Amino acid sequence: MLEYGALFLSAVLVNNFVLTRFLGLCIFFGVSKSFDASAGMGVALTAVMTIASFLAWAMYNLVLAPLHLEFFTTICFVLIIASTVQLLDVITRRFLPTLHAMWGIYLMLIATNCIVLSVPLINVENGFALGKSLVHAVGAGVGFALALLLMASIRERLQYAKVPKAFEGLGIAFITAGLLSLAFLGFSGMIPM
Amino acid sequence: MTHTPQPGSLAAQVLEAEREPFRGSKQTTLRGLIADGIFSKNPVFVLALSLCPAVAVTSEVTTALAMGLAVVFVLTFSNLCTSLLRRFIHPKVRLPAYIAIIATLVTMTQLLMSAYFPDLYQALGVYLALVVVFAIILARAEVFASKNSPLPAAVDGFGMGLGFLLALVVTAAVRELFGVGRLAGYPVFGADYPPILMIVLAPGGFITIGLLIALFRVVGQWRERRRAGPTTDVPAPAATGEVSHA
Repeated sequence: MLEYGALFLSAVLVNNFVLTRFLGLCIFFGVSKSFDASAGMGVALTAVMTIASFLAWAMYNLVLAPLHLEFFTTICFVLIIASTVQLLDVITRRFLPTLHAMWGIYLMLIATNCIVLSVPLINVENGFALGKSLVHAVGAGVGFALALLLMASIRERLQYAKVPKAFEGLGIAFITAGLLSLAFLGFSGMIPM
Repeated sequence: MTHTPQPGSLAAQVLEAEREPFRGSKQTTLRGLIADGIFSKNPVFVLALSLCPAVAVTSEVTTALAMGLAVVFVLTFSNLCTSLLRRFIHPKVRLPAYIAIIATLVTMTQLLMSAYFPDLYQALGVYLALVVVFAIILARAEVFASKNSPLPAAVDGFGMGLGFLLALVVTAAVRELFGVGRLAGYPVFGADYPPILMIVLAPGGFITIGLLIALFRVVGQWRERRRAGPTTDVPAPAATGEVSHA
């Protein structure tokens, strides 16, 4: 149990996917302009990632590894994620229209996102079993949501700040992310991984 | 919906596709395409696409160069293949088709690199596989290659890849030079340079790119003004770096 807790905390704080592993930056900088959008994105991404990790685990351990088709891993995982996103889109549209209205625009962004692809790949690389894979996926999602919400809160305030012209928009966003990442550096070494 | 399109999203790509025909005639030459990829549409500094590797693999020039070359290869050939197959791909399944093309090329790159450059392959780690989901590659396939003949498509991919490579190498050079006082492994400031770890670690990556984006923007505006100066009959085109404007 302790192992799972350590893995979760490590994915959320120590090896935060955005701020220490630099993944999902396109969404991180694109969506973090508003707090509400960030919250929606965080939830949608965690859901997709958990489902995709489960499917990817099954695919790799039941099909690819026994048949020695490891070189197909990347292609298969990308297609799994794309179909998961498509499936979620269809299902939520049919059965949960309110959720679909909330997620709609984010789902398509998630289909080609590096975090969603990297979590299953890292799971495979480390040989995680099913339980660990899922904990890792949820942890990565929570870590991403945390970073996104922190960033969104700061950027909402930044709108009222006087930023030098050359730094407006993306430039200052990167500097802000750098400072956030500096704060997260404080967690490093807390959990050996 | 008053939602500003996210960089790399389909909406942003469509917007860019609509802007494309209004660009000057200079852009249609093959040389113009390459210059576009490097300067006015630099994938990292201007379009703000595919940022993850720009921060992740740029603590050393060598890994940045390897990543850049991999992207040049994948981008050139994915554009070429997309363009060759553009009449056979049904519009409804075009995105999965592009993804399949890109994933195949990335897998080839992975196998080649792990066979001939195992050290680099180790250093790039999971980021090499993530080339599959680079927004810039999918965006070029969708916006350019699917509408143009093979030669301009391949040249466009090459130019964009080159712009990406240069962005990575410049960032890596700054970080390696000031972080550990070396350039591609060779000491520049002498062996007793005290390393500034912050620049090599995560925060330095973000801050360096933030500074470079600002620098790129200043230089871009200066070029634009200088070009617009003598020929006043042409209204200055809107800067292409609109992605982050909102």
